[in-house]
Amino acid sequence: MGAISDGFFESIRLLFSLDPYIYDIIAVSLRVSGIALFLSTLIGVPLGALLALSRFRGKQVVTALLYTGMGFPPVVVGLFVFLFLSASGPLGSLRWLFTVKAMITAQTIIAFPLVAGFTMAAVASVDRNLLRQLRALGATKLQASWAAIREARVGVLVAIIAGFGGVISEVGAVMLVGGNIEGRTRVLTTAIVLETRKGNFGVAIAFGIVLLLITFITNLAMLYLQKRQLLEEE
Amino acid sequence: MLSQLEARGVSYSLQGIVKDYGEFRLTVEQLELREGEIFCLLGPSGAGKSTLLRLLNFLTPPDSGKMTLFGRTYLSSNFTPELQIMRQITTVFQRPALLNERVWNNIVYPLKLRRQAVDKAAITPIIERLGLSGILDQPAATLSGGEAQRVALARALVFSPKVLLLDEPTANLDPENIAIIEGMVTSYAAEHRSTIVWITHNQFQARRVGDRVCLLEKGRIIEVNSKEKIFSDPDNQRTREFLCGDILY
Repeated sequence: MGAISDGFFESIRLLFSLDPYIYDIIAVSLRVSGIALFLSTLIGVPLGALLALSRFRGKQVVTALLYTGMGFPPVVVGLFVFLFLSASGPLGSLRWLFTVKAMITAQTIIAFPLVAGFTMAAVASVDRNLLRQLRALGATKLQASWAAIREARVGVLVAIIAGFGGVISEVGAVMLVGGNIEGRTRVLTTAIVLETRKGNFGVAIAFGIVLLLITFITNLAMLYLQKRQLLEEE
Repeated sequence: MLSQLEARGVSYSLQGIVKDYGEFRLTVEQLELREGEIFCLLGPSGAGKSTLLRLLNFLTPPDSGKMTLFGRTYLSSNFTPELQIMRQITTVFQRPALLNERVWNNIVYPLKLRRQAVDKAAITPIIERLGLSGILDQPAATLSGGEAQRVALARALVFSPKVLLLDEPTANLDPENIAIIEGMVTSYAAEHRSTIVWITHNQFQARRVGDRVCLLEKGRIIEVNSKEKIFSDPDNQRTREFLCGDILY
């Protein structure tokens, strides 16, 4: 119990000490997960909307693959990204392994099925009569699709937040492809693992608090947006 | 000497149209719709009225036949109109489907689709006539059925469509809302010389608003005539039975 309380007080001291080691790791975490989320949103939202709104051959296969992707263990994603980016892999010439780019790639692959899957469910719940009405008002397919995404905005927002939650807390893939290199590829989750193993519980708890705070603030922002949406509807 | 109605230009011409759903088939051997007329579609449920409306709005292609609109012919094999043609037609459905936004945003939505400037001066008479001035800032989700349908009609009229298709827009509405909608549509047809196709189950409504009336039954046109003729001396015995209430549905 003493180790926990000691670690907690130490973590508070560290967080207010403006130690560049701590803030560098926070910055790398936010950068990697932020860019990965941005890319996942760019891929996942249109893909989810496409699957929800259109019929094409092989749609069920794509949907099944997407659902598989939603439950894919991050460490396995990390393994495949590692194999592809390793010197003997097909993308080895990019020299991305143990760089932030490799981590962003892995996290994008982890997050986009989540974003696409939840977006698909949200957009599919939009009233079909509304879509027919929009077409009858002269909307192109693209305009009607955009309107459907707007109609499902709360669900799409939840999809994006789910994607963020999936990557910010992920440790296996970034550890494998990033290598946990101090000052370059060390992020909050990999730092927690490292510092715990070293017995630096204070530092590990400090990182844990930051991670929780980021998740909490993100969820708070989501709730605020949802509430604003509900107020608009009232 | 041509009657005033016959002298109007033809907007739609349908020839040999067939839409087959297996258990139901719509067949329109020949039908012409005119500019500026209100063409009422009567018929029992399942007669094919809504299917015909979807064809007229290019929302579903026929299996065979051809349709000419504004001088352009569309075959069943290539039933995709140019966007500018598509944007001269619209449908108001029985159940108004509004965007989950404020009333004003719903009304101007078709203009935004067309990247047209929102001309408040042009829209205001429609809004006032439909009694929507006081609810423009309200979220669409809070509207009553009658208000929502009036918003749907305003949204359909703001871009001055050449063809307005109405799929039982006043079903389930109270007399006050029905009167507002009928008044708006009849004056719109007269002012814009647009083609209006109005599905109704209400013979009295067809008498009030229609120029010509068409009876559909089991996917076939039974009779098309002026409202005066069809309600006083129909050509077809089935029409007579339908109007007398002998055909139950």
